[in-house]
Amino acid sequence: MTPLQGYLLLSALLFAIGLAGALTRRNAIIVLIGIELMLNAANLNFIAFWRYNPNPEASTGPLFVLFSLGVAASEAAVGLALVIAVYRHYRTTSVDKMDTLKG
Amino acid sequence: MLEQIFVSAKHWLVDLAPSQWQPIFSALISVVALLLVFPSLFALTTVLERKGLGRIQNRYGPNRVGPWGLLQPAADGLKALTKEDLIPRAADHWMHLLAPLVLVVPAFLALAVLPMGRNLVAVDLDAGVLFFFAVGAATELSVFMAGWSSRNKYSLLGAMRAIAQMISYEVPLILSAATVIMVASSLSTVQIVEAQAGYAGWLPQWYVLTPWGFAGFILFLIAATAESNRSPFDLPEGESELIAGYYTEYSGFKFALFFLGEYLGMFATSGLAITLFLGGWHAPLPFLEWIPSYAWFFGKMLGLICLFIWVRGTLPRLRMDQLMNFAWKFMLPMALLNILVAGIWRLMPPGWSRWLVCGIAVIGPYVFLGRALIEHKSYARRSYRYAE
Amino acid sequence: MTLSFLFLSILIISGAITAMTLRNLVHCALALTLTFAGLAGIYLELNAQFIGFAQILIYIGAVAILLVFAILLTRGSEPPTQSAFSGSWVWGVAVAVVVFGVIASVIFSSRVLPGMAPQISRPSVRQIGDALMTRFVLPLEVLGLLLTAALIGGVIIALRDKTELETSQSSDITTQPSSHSQRP
Repeated sequence: MTPLQGYLLLSALLFAIGLAGALTRRNAIIVLIGIELMLNAANLNFIAFWRYNPNPEASTGPLFVLFSLGVAASEAAVGLALVIAVYRHYRTTSVDKMDTLKG
Repeated sequence: MLEQIFVSAKHWLVDLAPSQWQPIFSALISVVALLLVFPSLFALTTVLERKGLGRIQNRYGPNRVGPWGLLQPAADGLKALTKEDLIPRAADHWMHLLAPLVLVVPAFLALAVLPMGRNLVAVDLDAGVLFFFAVGAATELSVFMAGWSSRNKYSLLGAMRAIAQMISYEVPLILSAATVIMVASSLSTVQIVEAQAGYAGWLPQWYVLTPWGFAGFILFLIAATAESNRSPFDLPEGESELIAGYYTEYSGFKFALFFLGEYLGMFATSGLAITLFLGGWHAPLPFLEWIPSYAWFFGKMLGLICLFIWVRGTLPRLRMDQLMNFAWKFMLPMALLNILVAGIWRLMPPGWSRWLVCGIAVIGPYVFLGRALIEHKSYARRSYRYAE
Repeated sequence: MTLSFLFLSILIISGAITAMTLRNLVHCALALTLTFAGLAGIYLELNAQFIGFAQILIYIGAVAILLVFAILLTRGSEPPTQSAFSGSWVWGVAVAVVVFGVIASVIFSSRVLPGMAPQISRPSVRQIGDALMTRFVLPLEVLGLLLTAALIGGVIIALRDKTELETSQSSDITTQPSSHSQRP
């Protein structure tokens, strides 16, 4: 197994763990944690491919990951604000209870 | 010769090792040097602070242990080591244990990128300033861990206040450093110091002696005071309100580690202020260059520490809402305007015109914002009483 | 497989599994911080210095603290009244295992992957800055707009409006006031 395959396998494992957590946990905040793990796995994939790329174009990998970091941070901020707002209304963060479309 | 004494000593020591172990050995020597110098500076600062505060408050500081109380840190260390280590029964054991470590380790890491003399930097990173702010941000997590793991409402309240304060003041801190990065066009601390070399006549070319640099320096120092939770921003550890804030439930050596971490944070941010604004290890006047560079660095650092102690003894504590207002409504706009002024400075030709434009661009908004944000209250007349 | 890669990957995977399985939410957030730190170590090992430091600054210094604040503001530190996992957790784990299996089989059966050789250059910060200002200036501006929108949107969403405050105060007279509700 080459080093690149090792990094890609680690990224896939991290993605799968994040996906499992996002699909099985009840608390909305843990679901958001799972989503952050998936985003991090994708970032790791980018950096691994950039590092082992024979193409000498210098900074595309890190730059893409930089934008991904910015988007992930803003998404976490807005997602957590939403969870707090929903908590104020329903008094619960369990995603199983948030099943009505009516306000 | 005197100046390069530490560098030559390190080269001699590294040459003693076999050639394949030399990089690790060299790194180990830098680490051990940092671990010896800064805790002793911490010990000196505790005495200096207590004596200085005592004198400002018209009393003697500690003066029983050793001449002028100079051996007080030894007594304090012995006391901290031999005190009983109490952990509350409901406390989260592992978080309670790890919180002081998570504070101290990033503080030591941050000291590694500061150039303390010519060729005297532990690690010369290409993105040194970014590394500094990254590990500085990691210390906030330790504050939360300490407050939450104690299962104590006072600790939690103090921790929440401390984190809110630290993240609010991190923004002006990084923005005022961004002006220097912009003008020096490098993130490496060594290159920023080198960009401030040289003299224009008798005056050094430090960034603090420019309008935007002066404003940035003041903003950086205020934000650094808030980041270290020092007075007048020490509401999280306000002794009259929250007992000791987020380290109420700590005793003995862990308490001492918290103090070490806090003071190391203060040293690190003053070291960065010296690197970014005060010209690092450069001498202020051309004929004073015979004094070694590390002496200048540590002399400037002692000066900044004395400034922090002076401010602590003089100003009263800020209330939480005053603190947050100050950060978001005053310091953030000033820091953003400072970036603009630094850009104007860089693009205008040197001469009195750019001094005029940049000076007005800094002082004008400062006066305007200051007056707009004042809440008009009438205060009673102050009265002073001295101890007899 | 170098020793550092093995150590860091064990740290990352154990942190991720811990973050997804613990009941205590604050411990989950701290395990996630450990995962982020391990990832930053891997980025440094892969010669992406700028991204490694940015990862520490953004994820550990901001996102983790945001998570912790949200956990505290939604009373997550109290013991949960029901099970932490939803009823159909088997299907979630099965989907994740299938996804991992598919990706792993693609990785191992690829004919292109083993042939890629490592490049040794490390981009300086100056190169990243140049690229940001010349080739990627439009994404940079869009990211700035996105962050501004997220900032304003987050504040507006989480803001307590006055009518809600009055009704909640009048109806929950008997509940104990929380110590960390309005003023941080």
